[in-house]
Amino acid sequence: MIPGLAILFCFLAVGEQASRLAGIPVPGSVLGMLLLAAALRLGLVRGETVQAAADALLDNLSLLFVPAGVGLMLYFDLPARDWWSVLAAVVPSTFLVMAAVGWLQQALERPAGPATSSQPPGTEG
Amino acid sequence: MPLSPVLSVALTLVAFWLSRALYRRTRFFLLHPVLLSVAALIAGLRLARVPYQTYMQGGQLIDFFLAPAVVALGLPLYRQLERLGRASLPILASTAAGSVVGVLTAVFPAGLLGASPALLATLAPKSITTPIAIGVSEVLGGLPPLTAAVVIATGILGAVLGPPFLRAIGVRSPTAFGLAMGAASHGIGTARAMEEGQLAGAASGLALGLNGALTALAAPWLVSLARSLLGRP
Repeated sequence: MIPGLAILFCFLAVGEQASRLAGIPVPGSVLGMLLLAAALRLGLVRGETVQAAADALLDNLSLLFVPAGVGLMLYFDLPARDWWSVLAAVVPSTFLVMAAVGWLQQALERPAGPATSSQPPGTEG
Repeated sequence: MPLSPVLSVALTLVAFWLSRALYRRTRFFLLHPVLLSVAALIAGLRLARVPYQTYMQGGQLIDFFLAPAVVALGLPLYRQLERLGRASLPILASTAAGSVVGVLTAVFPAGLLGASPALLATLAPKSITTPIAIGVSEVLGGLPPLTAAVVIATGILGAVLGPPFLRAIGVRSPTAFGLAMGAASHGIGTARAMEEGQLAGAASGLALGLNGALTALAAPWLVSLARSLLGRP
């Protein structure tokens, strides 16, 4: 657990520093995540070393964003116009993302040898 | 009323514990543990007239672990990519498309309705996993708590209506199904995709990680692209 936590916090520190120095508007934690994935790929860090600490955090991920969620109490007096914007941003977009990803992935899968899908023949026009 | 940091942490843990127990018993989507514990805590704080800032003196101790948790997402991300090997290229392409569509189709309609720059920044990361979305919202000048709420609402919407929608539009490949669920509605969609089978669940988890990373990298540019299209650079 301790070696894993040490590695996670080191990558977080490096990610935050990189985000600040490079002046790029990307959260340091995301850069840390990508650096960790790269280090695992290159064999600089072993998966088993970070496993326990990563599991402890990821198994309880939902709990970690409760305090941020409680901050919603600060926005109850948001004007009605803004709530319409929220609705307009969330509802159509959710379905458009699903359609884009679902269709594109299915189209890319087909020519590539044995498809992972078990498509019943002749069900599509 | 005084609320010590220790008491804030205790109340948050108890609220989450009870909410999760209730959700596990009922499996009713509106009783999502985050939704329920947030609602209970807000109700309690308002009744006791405790300001959010006072609660956060304790709450930030829990919030602090979000950032290392995002770093920890690097482990499942690496494992999924390793496992999929060459199959990860089309997956990368379709998830990237989903990331672009997700930000543009969120920011554009909201902008047309006259949303402020801060609100646009709040809404841009709505399809990505909460911890990353909070970071992106912060960096772009949005309102992170509102982002958290919008992200959770997006997740619930996608998890509930996504499967019938995907079937209706003819998405049958389990990989495509899972990727679509994960890219549109992150962790909550992934939990739902797992019910469709292991392949769909794994694909959904991968889309969650990839979309989070891609959107974090691309959101600043996509938001300014949308704003210049709206004539409000």
